[in-house]
Order: sequence, then C-alpha cells, then structure tokens
Amino acid sequence: MTAVITPPEVAPPEGKPVELTVDQRPLARKLGPGAPIRLSGLIGPLLLLGAWFLASWSGVLDPRILSEPWTVWSTARELIADGRLQDNLKVSAERATYGLALGVVVGLLLALVSGLSRFGEAVIDGPVQIKRAIPSLALIPLLVLWFGIGENMKIYTIALGAFVPIYLQTHSALRKIDLRYVELAQTVDLSRTDFLRRVVLPGALPGFLLGLRFAVTGAWISLVVVEQINATSGIGYMMELARTYGQTEIIVVGLVVYGLLGLLSDGAVRLIERRALRWQRTLG
Amino acid sequence: MAAHSGLRPTTAPVVVESLVRGFGPKGVLNGVDLTIEEGEFVALLGPSGCGKSTLLRALAGLDRAVSGSGRIVVPAERAVVFQDSRLLPWARVLDNTTLGQRGKAARDAGRTALREVGLEGREGAWPHELSGGEQQRAALARSLVRDPKLLLADEPFGALDALTRLKMHELLRKLHRAHQPSVLLVTHDVDEAIKLADRVVVLDHGRIAVEQVIDLDGDRDPSDPRFAAIRKELLATLGVGETTASDLRRESA
Ligand SMILES: Nc1ncnc2c1ncn2[C@@H]1O[C@H](COP(=O)(O)OP(=O)(O)O)[C@@H](O)[C@H]1O
Ligand SMILES: [Mg+2]
Repeated sequence: MTAVITPPEVAPPEGKPVELTVDQRPLARKLGPGAPIRLSGLIGPLLLLGAWFLASWSGVLDPRILSEPWTVWSTARELIADGRLQDNLKVSAERATYGLALGVVVGLLLALVSGLSRFGEAVIDGPVQIKRAIPSLALIPLLVLWFGIGENMKIYTIALGAFVPIYLQTHSALRKIDLRYVELAQTVDLSRTDFLRRVVLPGALPGFLLGLRFAVTGAWISLVVVEQINATSGIGYMMELARTYGQTEIIVVGLVVYGLLGLLSDGAVRLIERRALRWQRTLG
Repeated sequence: MAAHSGLRPTTAPVVVESLVRGFGPKGVLNGVDLTIEEGEFVALLGPSGCGKSTLLRALAGLDRAVSGSGRIVVPAERAVVFQDSRLLPWARVLDNTTLGQRGKAARDAGRTALREVGLEGREGAWPHELSGGEQQRAALARSLVRDPKLLLADEPFGALDALTRLKMHELLRKLHRAHQPSVLLVTHDVDEAIKLADRVVVLDHGRIAVEQVIDLDGDRDPSDPRFAAIRKELLATLGVGETTASDLRRESA
C-alpha cells in the first residue's frame, strides 16, 4: 500500500468545543440489569417504613394491632436509656455468634471431608440430608433433654440450623470445580495441602459464601425461637415478657431490632462476598 | 512385551515403546514408538480424534483411568500447556504462574518468566483481564517457572487468531532456543509444525505413520519452495490436498 492519508487540517477554533456528530450506531441490546444504584438496599425498607407511618397517622392502622412508629421510637429510647435493650441485645448477639461460628466450622469441615473423599461422602452426606429434612426447631425438645435449658442448648440449636446450608452449598460448589483444574494441579505436582489451598477452597468459596448468607439468616430465626422458649435474657425474652403484659410497642422494638440485625449481617456477608469474589465476572 | 525389532538402548530423555491405549473396547493407540532427544522439538500431527491428546496425556501421566500397555520413559521435570490456558480464575497472574512452587525464589522466577513471555506489569491482573493470547503466554510462563526438561503442549495455539498465533510461534521458538527443553507439540496446523519443529511425526491408525526431519534453517518461510515441498508431502500423508489445508488448520480437536 502506498497511499498516505493526511489528516485534514481543521483545527478547532479557540475556546470552542469540537462539535460531535450524533452517535447513530445501533447499540447492542441492553440485557444486564444496568449500573448499580447506590444504597439500593435501603429503598425497599424505607418505602415500607413510609407505609407504616402513613397507615398509623391516618388512623387506618389500630395501635392495638400495631403500635405507631413514634410510640415504638420513644419506647426504644426508654429501653436504651435504662440499658435493657443493650443488655438483651448483647446476650442475643453472643448466642447467635457462637452458634453461627460453631455451625460454620462444622459445616465447612464436613463439606470438605465429604467433598474430597467418596468414603467421607458415604458416611456424612446421608445423615446431613436427613437432618436437612428435620427442622432444627423440631429437635429442641431433644436438645433440652440432653443439654438442659442453659446457654449450651441455645448455641447448639443455632449451630444445628446453621451448619446445614454451609455444608450443602460448600459441598455442591466443591463438586462443581472444573476437572480441568484438578488435572492442572496434577501436572504441576501440587501437594494435597496446596491443592486444598489453591484450588479447592477458592473454587468452593462462592458456594461457601452463599451458604453463609443462608446460615446467618437461619441463625437469627433459631435465636428468636430459643429465646422465646426458655430464656431469662435476650431480645426474644424481652418480647415474650412484653407479650404477657400486652406491650405491643416493645414487641415491635424487638422485631425492628431483629430485622436490623438480619439486614446488617446479610450486608456484611455480601460485602465479604464482593471483596472475596472480585475475580468473577458476573452480572453482580 | 515383545521385543521391538531394531530397538537400541538409548539415552534419550523421552522414550515411548509399543504404547497401547484405548477407551473401553475401542483401541486408540496400537503400538506407538517414539523417541525424543534432549532439546529436540517434535511436532505431532494427525487428524482430529486420532489419539494425539491420548499420547500426550500418557506422557504427562494424566491417564490413570485409561487401559493400555507399553513402556514410557519421561523426565520428572515436565510441564504441560493445554489448548485452554487453564489459568485458575481466582488467582492473579503471578500466583497462577508460580502454582505449585513456594517461596520468594519461586515468585522471582515467576516474575522473570512473565517478563520473558512479554507480560511484565501484568503480574497482579486477574486471568479474565487478559486477552486469549496473553492468557496463553501466562500458561507458557507457568511452564517455564518449572524449568522443564520436557514441554508437552496440546494444541496450545489452536484457539488463537491467526495473527496472535504467528506471534506465539515466535515466542515459543525463542523460549525453546533459550531453555532447550525437549518439546512435544501436538498440532493440527501443518505450517506450524514445519515452522517450529526439528522433526514432524504423523499419527495415523494408532501408530506413528510418518517421520519427517525438517532441515530448513534460519527463518522458515512458508513461501520457501522447500517449505512448500515438505508441506505438500505431509498433507498428502494426512490424506488432504492443498485446497483443504486451511480447513484442517481451522478445525479443532
Ligand atoms: N475420556 C475419554 N473417554 C472415551 N473416549 C475418549 C476419551 N478421550 C478420548 N477418547 C476417544 O479417543 C480418541 C482419541 O482422542 P484424542 O486423543 O483426544 O484425539 P486427538 O487429540 O487426536 O483429536 C477419540 O476417538 C476420542 O473419542
Ligand atoms: Mg486433542
């Protein structure tokens, strides 16, 4: 090729931006959900709160059915002022944390053993599937017999509910790891530990984190139940006590606290998810 | 095992004798004999489905589940490059390169290897941030870090576009000259085989049907008449005329 293309010498006049022709390319159809909206997680809950306000303020909602938001607000401030809310919250949070931690560790270990060895799977998978069919809460009577009505029983109940989703999701993600990566690990002579560290664990991480989200939600649910059955402290106990005195507003405070805890912990797991799974290219 | 006629004791690092492999009742390799000398570059040609990958995987020790017999001698220091770059998507490029190696020395070796394949500065990138050619460069770097005596490559450039493939040929040639491993390159691209290899072998009906030493020197130019003569000969043994050569090249196994 010998032709030399010289750029046309039309310098843009000083101070004036270059005029752009209108972009008339047919753009590819937009299929993804689009750019993320900031703080989008708050929009729905705020709308709900607004509806509650409106219903109470207009009198559509009887305060005996559901207290007004402002009553709940002042009750919450009183509960905080005399320290009852914090104390009970602390007890509840500790129970949930210990139970969840125990459940996560057990679920992860079982998933690894069952995912990496056929024998382990034969031994572990069946019982877990059976446990999955029985709600943890149905096991409470038995757990009370075994462990009494103290803290241990509560922690075990929470753990028993939390380990199942961790196990299921981790195990399934682990089994979905591409065989090609296993082959690669063989060709570079990975040791068992390195294989676990560099291939298995990162490969199963998306499943584990999904399981963790289920487990966290489940932990709060179990907490509510154990605290309303046999407890002398905790948010659930506070609500149960309020029920006997007919104090709807305290019950609502408890519900709001549970809701906030749920939202916050789910948000925390999602944050971990986003940071830990940066290598993925997804719709996200 | 029946003694093979004319088999001399050899010091070659890669020896394959009477190799038989099959999946179920179907035989794929029926007695492959192949020797690769130290630093020798051998290209393995053959139609799709003839057992090239089966042979390469046998040399790589990746065929536990495959039935067969025969003798294989290969050095312990092997590296495998696959058609897909097979980078771990959750590991950054440098961590992928040093997979299976530990310590600071390994990381330095990884950096050096990445520089050698032209990926300097991309150490911290995720695999999905690399182009197909770059991913395959990273896979080459991963094999370099292991300083292999035998490099096994199964259609490593088969998924790349023609222009990138030409660049990768140059790179592989350069790396082979610098590190002098024995190489077995599986390919379905006759030009690629002639351009890179010291010797081309053709696998047909489960055996090595043809061996062709490529004694072209310097830059092997496909328009060189001697190049063209070898290509014609090889294509004939593959049962393909010139016209369908490009189809063969495009076809992937
Ligand atoms: N895992 C397997 N199970 C069953 N058959 C296989 C398997 N791998 C390869 N084959 C068969 O063995 C033959 C040779 O395959 P392969 O070595 O991959 O061919 P090539 O790499 O030359 O294209 C093919 O007919 C293929 O169908
Ligand atoms: Mg193949």
